Amino acid sequence: MIEIRDLAKSFTLHNQGAAVIPVMAEANLHVRPGECVGLIGASGAGKSTLMRMVWGNYLAASGSIVVGGLDVAQAQPRQIIALRRHVLGYVSQFLRVVPRVPTLDVVAEPLLNLGVPGDEARARAAELLARLNIPQRLWGLSPTTFSGGEQQRVNIARGFAHPYPALLLDEPTASLDAVNREVVLALIEEAKARGAAILGIFHDEAARDRVCDRVVDVREFTPKVAA
Amino acid sequence: MGAVDLSIWAKVNADKPLLSVQGLSKNYGSRIGCADVSFDLFPGEVLGIVGESGSGKSTLLSCLAGHLAPDTGRVIFETAQGPRDTVTMVEAERRKMARTDWAFVHQNPRDGLRMGVSAGGNVGERLMAVGARHYGDIRATAVDWLGRVEIAADRIDDRPRAFSGGMQQRLQIARNLVTAPRLVFMDEPTGGLDVSVQARLLDLLRGLVREMGLSAIIVTHDLAVVRLLADRLMVMKGGHVVEQGLTDQVLDDPQHSYTQLLVSSVLQV
Repeated sequence: MIEIRDLAKSFTLHNQGAAVIPVMAEANLHVRPGECVGLIGASGAGKSTLMRMVWGNYLAASGSIVVGGLDVAQAQPRQIIALRRHVLGYVSQFLRVVPRVPTLDVVAEPLLNLGVPGDEARARAAELLARLNIPQRLWGLSPTTFSGGEQQRVNIARGFAHPYPALLLDEPTASLDAVNREVVLALIEEAKARGAAILGIFHDEAARDRVCDRVVDVREFTPKVAA
Repeated sequence: MGAVDLSIWAKVNADKPLLSVQGLSKNYGSRIGCADVSFDLFPGEVLGIVGESGSGKSTLLSCLAGHLAPDTGRVIFETAQGPRDTVTMVEAERRKMARTDWAFVHQNPRDGLRMGVSAGGNVGERLMAVGARHYGDIRATAVDWLGRVEIAADRIDDRPRAFSGGMQQRLQIARNLVTAPRLVFMDEPTGGLDVSVQARLLDLLRGLVREMGLSAIIVTHDLAVVRLLADRLMVMKGGHVVEQGLTDQVLDDPQHSYTQLLVSSVLQV
């Protein structure tokens, strides 16, 4: 479902003397349907960089990233938009929303974008918010004023609203209490059971051990310094 | 479960552009307005154009919308009768297109509204321009559209002069969208509005784009606005397009030195 081959990435900082910083080389990785693969490696080793390249907001220097039949490294913007709409979900650590939009609509939006009728989309959103213990009195408010943990749960509800065949999870259990952490782990296990391919970053080791079938150390993808 | 329906790629690849811009240039004497701009816009896509003052983004928008004649280049629009170059179209035809298939939302609502005509009249006028004649129907449609842009029905007979800036901008949007255009040009639609009013307008525009399947080209200097509204982004400097791509890719991993400077210059709140 997610197939990464010979992927390389460098950043060119034009305004700092055009410094070229190679950050990744020869990255190879695959995630099968129903499988969860955890990325490990110290902070700055390139876990998030790799996730962003799969999501398509970081450009690859070379190599391929095939998700659901589309090579993200070569794709046109509108193909990536379709990929994100139908195939690939992303739970990031940050919630980025239009201010003043009610939480219920924020969660329902991925479904509305797929053409799911409003009532049905909001019913699914309500179900997820209830399951993630967001009090119903908050559903009509914008999540921008919520606590970090609440925003994280809104983000998770949004990421799980549509049954994406592939999912990227960036620290989905960070800043959650034990009860909600359990709900999120159950959601991940259910997604795996229905065949979703999941690539994730989990600093929470117990969570990683429970949901990940394998781990990949991104330090293997650190470019070798030329001799 | 888990398998991807590969027919989505066939559908995406079969899409034909709604607007295809090829080699568009406009000079003001020896000074460059915009130079050699080419891009395709597909149905349902929102394209953001960013750049600082004088970068040529407004010149480009004016050329695309037929307000300004480009020196060279083609602007091919997929009309109901097939693709047509709107640059070489006769003026009458272009004007007809401007009130049916196209809409233009000005930064200043006073440029897009008739200030001496009631709110309902502003919306109804556009309907009458495309042939609506039944007063009851026109008024009912106007009331419906005022509701969609969150203007209370009891303000229908008030003139836009009596409205706040945010309400005027929403009225301008209603006036433009009532005839269900397929392509909307917007010049800094949230410029000059309070941030709280901006947010409401952004949400409204997003909903309308989704429900009506609109394509839109939005010129702005506000990177936060394009991040929330635009699927794709074009960065202009000195009349040239220096970078284009998926909006979050251009903002998160800018490749051109100017885009890197632009993105790193934004104050974080």
